[in-house]
Amino acid sequence: MNPRTHLQPARRATPLRLAGIVTALALGGALTACGAANETQAGSDATNASGPTLSGTLNGAGSSAQEAAMAAWQAGFQQAHPDVTVNYDPVGSGGGREQFIAGGIAFAGSDAYLSEEELAGATERCSGQAPIEIPDYVSPIAVVYHLDGVEDLQLSPATLAGIFAGDITSWDDPAIAEDNPDAQLPAQRIVPVHRADDSGTTENFTDYLAQAAPDAWPHEASGLWPVKSGEAAQGTSGVVAAVQNGTGTIGYADESQAGDLAVASVEVGQEYVAPSAEAAATVLQVSPRVEGRADTDMAVELDRDTTASGAYPIVLTSYLIACPTYPDAQTAALVKGFLAHVVGDEGQQAAAQSAGSAPLPDDLQQEALDHIDAISAG
Amino acid sequence: MTTTAIPAKARKRTGDLAFAAATRTAGLLIVAALAGVAVFLTVEGLPALDAPAASLGGARNFAAYVGPLVFGTVLAAAIALVVATPLALGVALMISHYAPARLARPLGYVVDLLAAVPSVVYGLWGIGFLGPQLVPAYDWLAEHASFLPFFAGPASTTGRTMLTAGLVLAIMVLPIITAITREIFAQTPPLQQEAALALGATRWEMVRMAVLPYARSGIVSAVMLGLGRALGETMAVAMVLSASGVVTFQLIGSTNPSTIAANIALQFPESTGLAVNALVASGLVLFVITLAVNVLARTIVARGERRQR
Repeated sequence: MNPRTHLQPARRATPLRLAGIVTALALGGALTACGAANETQAGSDATNASGPTLSGTLNGAGSSAQEAAMAAWQAGFQQAHPDVTVNYDPVGSGGGREQFIAGGIAFAGSDAYLSEEELAGATERCSGQAPIEIPDYVSPIAVVYHLDGVEDLQLSPATLAGIFAGDITSWDDPAIAEDNPDAQLPAQRIVPVHRADDSGTTENFTDYLAQAAPDAWPHEASGLWPVKSGEAAQGTSGVVAAVQNGTGTIGYADESQAGDLAVASVEVGQEYVAPSAEAAATVLQVSPRVEGRADTDMAVELDRDTTASGAYPIVLTSYLIACPTYPDAQTAALVKGFLAHVVGDEGQQAAAQSAGSAPLPDDLQQEALDHIDAISAG
Repeated sequence: MTTTAIPAKARKRTGDLAFAAATRTAGLLIVAALAGVAVFLTVEGLPALDAPAASLGGARNFAAYVGPLVFGTVLAAAIALVVATPLALGVALMISHYAPARLARPLGYVVDLLAAVPSVVYGLWGIGFLGPQLVPAYDWLAEHASFLPFFAGPASTTGRTMLTAGLVLAIMVLPIITAITREIFAQTPPLQQEAALALGATRWEMVRMAVLPYARSGIVSAVMLGLGRALGETMAVAMVLSASGVVTFQLIGSTNPSTIAANIALQFPESTGLAVNALVASGLVLFVITLAVNVLARTIVARGERRQR
């Protein structure tokens, strides 16, 4: 039994070689994915809002919520104008507004409209004229849950707020039973799932809870989840996965990402409304504009506790922010052409298909197109 | 003969000088890089020290902001090391001293392979497989072991807990500790091992008397490298851990402390202004912790070796 026979010589470089193979496989996968994406986005015809002579590079940045829709808009617009390159950096809404005010980009995407302070900065950036703010992306946020045996869950705002605040902890709570008189509710623990990262989805969801159920939800609207309890998950996909993998779980996610999960209906006025594109667009129509803003500023103060029939108030509204005039004619033409494509029928349909957003109501769309049409150089 | 030898010798000297210069540059470069990182973290992080609560996720001051994160970071890394160290030493000893060569070689490859798996994949595995699989175990612990603060319950129904994150980290640091320790075990002087066996020691006694003392400082180095990975691991923790920024020793619940690296990854995309400075400052804290732990470990090893002599 000589131990020397068991001593092994040094072995190296296996991890490196393996890493190489993994990278190669990953690249291969990415290429295939790109190919598939191109196929589905084909077939958009030319938007000739600003003539066929558009060329150059247009840079934008901001909301990551708009990212999927933006990819469809970029593809559609670049197909119509082969000499144009549109770049969009999904750095986040705050970063987008900051870069726009600093003058680094021609347009910004933002999940929140400009604050008073930012508005002053943006006005300065647009050589003294108030910036254009257009709601270009409206997406319902669904309340998803995983509870075996309960299919059409209905929740009033106060019950929903109680669940997410951690005050209602069991599925057979009387408050839930009152909303769902016909359902067989199990005596199971509720696990509320929220976003771990700072997000526009959380900001809109907490804004809804704060406005629609101020008694049960004592927190302000914020992009970071304000309650230190419940389960946290990274990104929309993380929340969906956590709700799916757990039992008795409930969370909130972009409606287009809800997949096979059960979706709760929310009490609005006298009825329970499920999230849908039409219901989301309806709440935008019944909500008032932000007061004291220029005509070109279409910022909406979402009416979360609306009682309007058929409206679904938990929506994320994302804006495009641009200037009414640009010093150089090429940028002006590019912004004008691209924004018209985004807000136009074709762009809104493309976003509905690729990102599950709600197309803008006709009157808002027409108003937005009028503002875009007025963009000029000088 | 002499006429040809002189230019050859001169040429050798130039090559020698060039090589010495190259290695010196490499050595200095790594120090400069480290210093650069430290300077960046300090300069960018300083403004966060008197940042308002709005930029610190609602915390009163920076210490209150970073405290729970430090706690979570250390807790996750501690779980990882407690699980991984004995396991890694066992695997390494098995490869170097117990398994027949036919088995030891493929086993070594398999452990190396663990290091080649990207951390996102570990994250996906943690969310999709390990977490859900552990749920029954957590339920059992919450029911039968809830007198321990670690298992106080209620148990998570998704399995995305501190313990799951620690176990995923343990698997990620396992190949690092194993690879280093098995090389050191294999280098133990055969004469010492044979001497131990000749004196009538069993295999285990031989390992305890000859191999482990010889490898002690190497084991500490390996564990420190593993600890560095566990403290800094970002993606897998960000995905697996359900973090709410609390301070708790409860390991199987839904509400857990976050870690510094995971918090930076989660919050950076939507952060602006002072909030970014706060994240950089928390990075500086992580940098200091890693450095301090390393220095501490080195000191312990050095003292131990001095005592041995």
